[in-house]
Amino acid sequence: MTAGFLLLAFALNAQDAKTIMAKVDQNMASKNRVFESTMIVHGKRASRTMTARSYSVGEQKSFTEYLSPVREQGTKMLKVGNQLWIYSPSTDRTILISGQMLRQSVMGSDLSYEDMMEDSKLTEKYAAVNTGTEEIDGRKCFVLELTAIVTDVNYFKRKSWIDTERFVPLKEELYAKSGQLLKRTTLSGVKQTQGRWFPTIILYKDMLKAGDGTEFQMTSIQFDQVIPDYIFSKAALKK
Amino acid sequence: MIKFLFLGILRDKSRSLLPIIVVSVGVFLTVVMIGWMNGIFGDIVDINANFTTGHVKVMTRSYADNESQLPNDLALMDVNNLTDTLRREYPDMTWVQRIRFGGLIDVPDAKGETRCQGQAIGTALDLFHPASGEVKRMNIQKALKKGRIPLHPGEALVSDEFATRYHVAVGDSFTYFGSTMNGSMAFKTFIVSGTVRFGTSIMDRGAMIIDLSDARLALDMDDAAGEILGFLPENLYDDGLAKNVEASFNAKHSNPKNEFSPEMFRLSELNSMGQYIAIADNMSFIMVFIFVLAMSVVLWNTGLLGGLRRYNEYGLRLALGEEKKHIYRSSLIEAVLIGILGSVLGTVLGLIVVYSLQVHPLDVSGMTGKVTMLMPQTYRAIVSPSLFYIGFLPGLAAMVLGNALAGRAIYKRKTAELFKELEV
Repeated sequence: MTAGFLLLAFALNAQDAKTIMAKVDQNMASKNRVFESTMIVHGKRASRTMTARSYSVGEQKSFTEYLSPVREQGTKMLKVGNQLWIYSPSTDRTILISGQMLRQSVMGSDLSYEDMMEDSKLTEKYAAVNTGTEEIDGRKCFVLELTAIVTDVNYFKRKSWIDTERFVPLKEELYAKSGQLLKRTTLSGVKQTQGRWFPTIILYKDMLKAGDGTEFQMTSIQFDQVIPDYIFSKAALKK
Repeated sequence: MIKFLFLGILRDKSRSLLPIIVVSVGVFLTVVMIGWMNGIFGDIVDINANFTTGHVKVMTRSYADNESQLPNDLALMDVNNLTDTLRREYPDMTWVQRIRFGGLIDVPDAKGETRCQGQAIGTALDLFHPASGEVKRMNIQKALKKGRIPLHPGEALVSDEFATRYHVAVGDSFTYFGSTMNGSMAFKTFIVSGTVRFGTSIMDRGAMIIDLSDARLALDMDDAAGEILGFLPENLYDDGLAKNVEASFNAKHSNPKNEFSPEMFRLSELNSMGQYIAIADNMSFIMVFIFVLAMSVVLWNTGLLGGLRRYNEYGLRLALGEEKKHIYRSSLIEAVLIGILGSVLGTVLGLIVVYSLQVHPLDVSGMTGKVTMLMPQTYRAIVSPSLFYIGFLPGLAAMVLGNALAGRAIYKRKTAELFKELEV
């Protein structure tokens, strides 16, 4: 029994980082996803709660419509490639956001527009090294150190704590090329949906910003749906 | 005796001309330099006070720590009540609320989509109530290049540079996109009522000026403002007075344990203005010190030359029985008279030049295009009461000091050797 456990532990430790990442990608990445979310921004003075419905196809296309509160209701965001359009119902204007502006905070949260739209396979963008195991909230995790192998990444380095059984990240630290820690995310509420494990609650903390972080809850999520093309058109913004 | 010496000075040009020229040139340079420096530093202080710092400024402690980021999420709340308190407790001062904000100016095409956009640094002030004095304080009327100052809600002034670059005309609309005080997205469409050019790149790069009421609507800042600016009576900055106001306000209203409690800062603590004020305050002393030192050396030398030239005269006077101390005293009185003449001449000439530089300032706008701090576009001098005596006294002192040093040679003369020296 003990020998078997040791053998299993050795086998887990021996899993190469690439295999772990591939298993994480199987859970986290998808052809497309449709989800409703609640975002709670814990500011210095008060907390704000927003709800939204989002559609996304990989990292290239996404569409989000804010459902509440009243001030944000009807605000829509469309991302196609490196461009983001924001529609404001109060002014009936569609504003283009691109370049550096995509790194700005969304609705005063700890997420940037780029964070919001991240849905790519880690194996395609990072090389990883398995540095061992640690325990997070009672769950054993692989600790992976990822370094970008392509230039178009939001974060040059990442340190991920991957659940050894469910292969979802439970914690991540995101670093700039200079080595500065930019963001820390804590993932929880892991649920099995459509045959994959997925964390439904993510606490983002922008380490360069005051406040207690932003809680991002996915209240419902569906993967690999049929999403009509018009959703990702500018015409959909004004509908 | 004074009349006798005075006539001597006037009639014997070789005795007085060079010292008078030296003293008057020194006094002239001192008056012009001090007048000009006072004018330039005064303008720098005024511009910074009017545009960003006030003579004192009230912000929350957190806002003050991150002021360069224009963090309106840390702005003052219940600001009307606080402004009323300031007006009640410091009735001689003028208090105004300001909101500064960043964001994007987005200009639409015919379909309402982005045609062009640029970064905006906005300032919201009380434009709709003339009693606030903000239009005059910000010199907006003079900075106006096209159109007019906003009269109605939803109107804005944009920088002439931005308008020219993106072909935005008066009457066109644009959308401001930024963040509200609570971090939500802020969208508000404005009509361009006019374009402004302040001549300072920091203001002209992406300036947007709107009324406070519009900013409050766009940024969700009802009864809130980033800053309250206070201006001392007669709009004259007095660091001592500002320090007293600051100390009394902070003792009464500021709580170091609460990051959102208001805290007052005086101009000399903001925008590195303390260094400028210190330089301005010390400039007169530095100039006078240099002047007295340099002129004394020159006039000492002149006095020595004069002493050599009048060697025979002094010898004759000693031979005739005049006391050494009498000769020394009369040479000092001569120095006083020459010093007065030179100083008056230098002061008058200096004041004429200072006044002309006050009326016709030197335009340096071409040299300050890329300067990122608030600097005046013209360097003007200013005629102040101190200029009437600031050069006069050192001019007199330098002349007397120079002659006093040179005149010591009189005491080295020996009566027994006079006839030999005079070759009588």
